[in-house]
Amino acid sequence: MENKAKFNLYSIPYFLWVVFFVVAPIVLVLYYSLFDIDGNFSLVNYKNFFTPVYLMMTLNSFWYALLITFFSLLFAYPTAYLLTKTKHKQLWLLLIIVPSWINLLLKAYAFLGIFGTYGAANKFLEAIGIGSKQILFTDFSFIFVSVYIFIPFMILPIFNALNKLNPSFMDAANDLGASTWTTFRRVIFPLTLDGVKSGCQVVFIPALSLFMLTRLISGNRVITLGTAIEQHFLVIQDWGMGSTIAVFLIIFMFLIMALTGARKRGV
Amino acid sequence: MKKKLSPVSSLFLVLIFFILYAPIFFLIFYSFNSGGTMFNFESFTLDWYRELFGDTRLLIIVLNTLVIALLSALISTIIGVIGALFIHSVRKRQTKNTFLSLNSVLIVSPDVIIGASFLILFTMAGIKLGFYSVLLAHIAFSVPIVVLMVLPKLMEMSPTYIDAARDLGASNMGVLTKVILPYITPGIFAGFFMALTYSLDDFAVTFFVTGNGFSTLSVEIYSLARRGVSLNINALSSLLFLFTVILVIGYYFITKRSTKSGGMGVRK
Repeated sequence: MENKAKFNLYSIPYFLWVVFFVVAPIVLVLYYSLFDIDGNFSLVNYKNFFTPVYLMMTLNSFWYALLITFFSLLFAYPTAYLLTKTKHKQLWLLLIIVPSWINLLLKAYAFLGIFGTYGAANKFLEAIGIGSKQILFTDFSFIFVSVYIFIPFMILPIFNALNKLNPSFMDAANDLGASTWTTFRRVIFPLTLDGVKSGCQVVFIPALSLFMLTRLISGNRVITLGTAIEQHFLVIQDWGMGSTIAVFLIIFMFLIMALTGARKRGV
Repeated sequence: MKKKLSPVSSLFLVLIFFILYAPIFFLIFYSFNSGGTMFNFESFTLDWYRELFGDTRLLIIVLNTLVIALLSALISTIIGVIGALFIHSVRKRQTKNTFLSLNSVLIVSPDVIIGASFLILFTMAGIKLGFYSVLLAHIAFSVPIVVLMVLPKLMEMSPTYIDAARDLGASNMGVLTKVILPYITPGIFAGFFMALTYSLDDFAVTFFVTGNGFSTLSVEIYSLARRGVSLNINALSSLLFLFTVILVIGYYFITKRSTKSGGMGVRK
């Protein structure tokens, strides 16, 4: 018993952290969402959120996040699958992860050069005879760069799931006469679904709230929930509305987490 | 049973790796361009690096970023280890799960929400935006990562060690410093490194809680990049890339050592 009390005394810094940086911020966001721009208590922000402007923005944000998640998965799954077949798979995996450790801003900045009017991408298009195009500030560039940034986070959980897979399942499926495609569809994919789910979760939620890329790469054409929050907090200084959007983003986040199942962490 | 990859598969992997690394090497390549643009390579020059090292403002920002990263990693490691010890010591399943969920809130929350809510918090608490607000924010979002890196090590440790130490007459303090901490050291180091990289990489949260006059590298690059291409940033990025690679190598060796000492394949 005495030992327990001592541990509690030690834990004070951690409790303080939980109270001040986990509970308090959420409570404050909720509290601020109940005030209009003049500081009066009202539900006007919530009413405003259900106007076409904000609903369209939310829908747009979801659509882009969905596209980003879809394309990440489309390229991440085969990559993860092939990585598990390579000889030094842990080393290759590390090489996939290294770019995710490079500062995000620098990667975005690189694409400003590559996708620019005279950039490498346009040079390539000219060389193969398509001719130069406006690439920067389009939906394509936004989605491409987002997928580029998020794909390591999608590959990692899928790789881990595939890596844990018992190879005798595949042999069994083969022996029972399943084709490669059937084995994949009926055995491999269902068994790695957890990895796919947590991959989708770690891509979809941040994709909903991107704000830096929307400014740099898509030139403010794409407005996500994240951009809207940033705009309200730092530009318009309407913290009430910004908090309201944040509240909805938090709600969406919990819904997505519930949908994709309890996430097993272990990066 | 080992099959070789088919040519198509190899090509696919090569392409993925090419796309992942091309932008980074593209940046580094043009940092040596005397032309001043990212599309027309004129001739080799080190001018941009010279300019970089002559720019005291930028060097101060680099220093700020490093100080913030090291301090926040250090403090969050201490708090995180305490948190992991606490969560591990909780017997009741429900309480444990509550704390685990509270712990992961800041990991799953989007940066924008963390940034915005911290901005409200600091304003309400009367903390001036600048060095301290950024430091506090970085500590705050690094703590749960450290907890998650340390907790598995604690779980993996057999409780018989502690019983043995107790039987041999060790005090609580003795058990902690002589038995538990040495055992979880690899987890602590991994947590520290993760906290360090999270802090170095963070843009969104810092962007919200940094006031005028204080800036970290990410925020500075953002404001430079909004003004357009300048090859200073390229020079900076090659240096940062080098730094990251060194960090990765360090991290690789630490985790390698930890898996070696971490028991015989008990982890699932």
